[in-house]
Amino acid sequence: MSEQKVVGVNIERIGIRRKARSHIAIIGTPNAGKSTLFNRLTGLRQTTGNFPGVTVERHTGVMQVGDTAMALEDLPGIYSLSGQSTDERIAVEAILGRLEGQPQPDGLLVVIDATHLYQGLYLLEQLLELQRPTLVALTMVDAALAQGIVVDPDILSKALGGVPVCPVATTSGQGIDTLREALTRLPDQTPPFLPASWPELSETAESMAQESGGQLSRIDVIQGLMYPQSAEGQKLATLLDDGRAKATRLNLFGKDHPQAQEARTRYRWARGVVDEAQQRAPVARRLGAGLLAFLDRPWPATAMFFLTLILVFQAVFSWATPLMDLIDGSSVALADAVRRLAGDGMLSSFLADGVIAGVGSVVIFLPQILILFLFIIVLEDTGYLARAAFLMDKAMRKVGLSGQSVIPMLSSFACAVPSIMATRVIPDRRDRIATILAAPFMTCSARLPIYALLIAAFVPAYPVGWFNLQGLVLFGLYLLGIVGGLITALIVKRTALRGPKPQFAMALPDFRRPNLQTVMLKLWDRTRIFLKRAGTVIFIVAIIVWGLAYFPRMNTDEFVPLAQSTLSPENQLAAAQLEQSALGRIGKEIEPIFRPLGWDWKVSSAVIAGFPAREVVVAVLGTLYAVGSEADEKSLAASLRAATWPDGRLVFTLPMVLGLMVFYAWCLQCAATVAVIRRETNTWRWPIFAWTYMSGVAYVGALLVFQIGNRL
Amino acid sequence: MTLAELQAGQPARILAVDSDGTGVLRLMILGLVEGTPVRFIQAAIGGDPIEVDVMGAAVSLRLEQARFFQVELSQAGE
Repeated sequence: MSEQKVVGVNIERIGIRRKARSHIAIIGTPNAGKSTLFNRLTGLRQTTGNFPGVTVERHTGVMQVGDTAMALEDLPGIYSLSGQSTDERIAVEAILGRLEGQPQPDGLLVVIDATHLYQGLYLLEQLLELQRPTLVALTMVDAALAQGIVVDPDILSKALGGVPVCPVATTSGQGIDTLREALTRLPDQTPPFLPASWPELSETAESMAQESGGQLSRIDVIQGLMYPQSAEGQKLATLLDDGRAKATRLNLFGKDHPQAQEARTRYRWARGVVDEAQQRAPVARRLGAGLLAFLDRPWPATAMFFLTLILVFQAVFSWATPLMDLIDGSSVALADAVRRLAGDGMLSSFLADGVIAGVGSVVIFLPQILILFLFIIVLEDTGYLARAAFLMDKAMRKVGLSGQSVIPMLSSFACAVPSIMATRVIPDRRDRIATILAAPFMTCSARLPIYALLIAAFVPAYPVGWFNLQGLVLFGLYLLGIVGGLITALIVKRTALRGPKPQFAMALPDFRRPNLQTVMLKLWDRTRIFLKRAGTVIFIVAIIVWGLAYFPRMNTDEFVPLAQSTLSPENQLAAAQLEQSALGRIGKEIEPIFRPLGWDWKVSSAVIAGFPAREVVVAVLGTLYAVGSEADEKSLAASLRAATWPDGRLVFTLPMVLGLMVFYAWCLQCAATVAVIRRETNTWRWPIFAWTYMSGVAYVGALLVFQIGNRL
Repeated sequence: MTLAELQAGQPARILAVDSDGTGVLRLMILGLVEGTPVRFIQAAIGGDPIEVDVMGAAVSLRLEQARFFQVELSQAGE
């Protein structure tokens, strides 16, 4: 008997393992709590990748319930399927299984925000036309309750023709276990029948789909009816004769836009459902709700916005210092230990001067970058960045753009690559390209290392009012980037990209307390990318630069040190070796180009080496000055302060340092950005223009600052 | 009257939408269609763009688009 039982369990196991391969797509409106739910369901078992051929980020993860494992996929947030933006197209194609190498999902988890039931129902009704097993997660039920809204899941489910509805409290996670449970049953569920919001359309499409004998699905017919020019429209044309197509469209849409007709019809139904399923509850007064309402008013919000930015720059400098000192100290100690252990040979120099000095000089900025990313992620997750778009729309109009360009530009402070992808929400192509050209001017986190190095070395840390001079200089550099970007947008919008006035229409997310897990996962994602760059691109460039600086070796027997020099004989030898190395020779060749900017050959070659990835410049300076200095106890900052021209004048004078900062603020030294501009604009014209233009502007800017500064 | 003429805090109902207006379709997809109750929340500095409550969701739009939406005032608390 016990044997039989064992067999029974085994069969069940087999069944469960088969189910483990099922794949569920998570879809919903933007800010409906989709990603938080996804993180809760999958925990740390997730990966970030790209959809084939496009740069839309693809998040997949595995959910484990008992013995059952299911693959979940977090799709981009969208308001409708009828839109033609990249995000919407990707979401629809992913759901339909039209993406390369991706089967159609076994079920849909539709996330509806209980506080925005109206918009959620609209998207859901469109999704029901896809005829996939569907489950609704009703999120933010706690936030809704705080606003005095209670949504009855049973009434809602009934109005949806029996689609199961699972309420989830996003902050406490209440209801998540029931949702997990329901998800495991989802692939076996019968797909929903006709949605109730626009029966005429659904029924017409359904009968035409059957007529096509499986060539077209119901959603194909709907897309084909709404967009006669689309691929589905062409297919539909082979099925219907012209007169019938015309009559069907006239019958369904009248003389109006199909999209307008769809919004009118489905939203009329949605209003009825909201009235039925949603009840008013006594408002639970939230602590600080009044303060939040005050801070949301235009003037206080604008003031807060600028105060927050200043606070970010202050924090980047003051909070990170202890950790940075620690990393700096350990990398110097490590290099010394290597020298002591490995002696004076090539291996010792390779490890200490090449690998440790090069990579260490970049990794040291990790604490600052983490703080910066933390702030940006929190601003994004609280809904603050979207408010900034609303507040800044009027100002952006002056440069020919709209508030929608503000979000990509602000997220550019972290990194231009995701921000250029984020420009997809901008509907007009000209506005989008103008934003793409402006975004790389914003001070990204990769510029922080060089700014931080130069500021720490050359700007005294004395207090100015509440702030400190170092923080203010950094703030000034950020302003310089913003000004550069806005002027660029203004120029291109007046010339090459002149077009109709941009529109501005967007949903503003509510203020929300950010979810710790979501913030930490995003932060980890960014950290990983930074460390990966330090371990690959920067590591390789540091080694190449070390090799160029180490070879060819000089014949040391012929070297006669100068007796009257201030430098020790060993140091003179090292300097002479560096000068006649391959790097020294190349540097000397290009020095005349940068001489008018006050740069010596070391700075010039570091800047050139920084074109693939700008943070490399710090690594190269680290390597160059480690090679040239005596038994290195000095930090890189101290080495820079001591650097001189052959005649003994200091290299890093105030005008030169300021010019160098201006150069870094405006130059496009990032292969990843160039590549993403190419992908997003689908032409080489814009990346080449951006690169040439920004390099030119940076050179002229640095030249002017140095030459004018020297004459003052 | 149009959506652009509402005062801060005023509730209203959309009567007619000119779907040919520039940028109007995107607002209709966000729920701004005939019959929808709306409430004017606030305007940004300088009076433009404006923020409107659409059944619990805040939607922001410019005055030039707001003029494509005909509204009638409703009683507070309705």
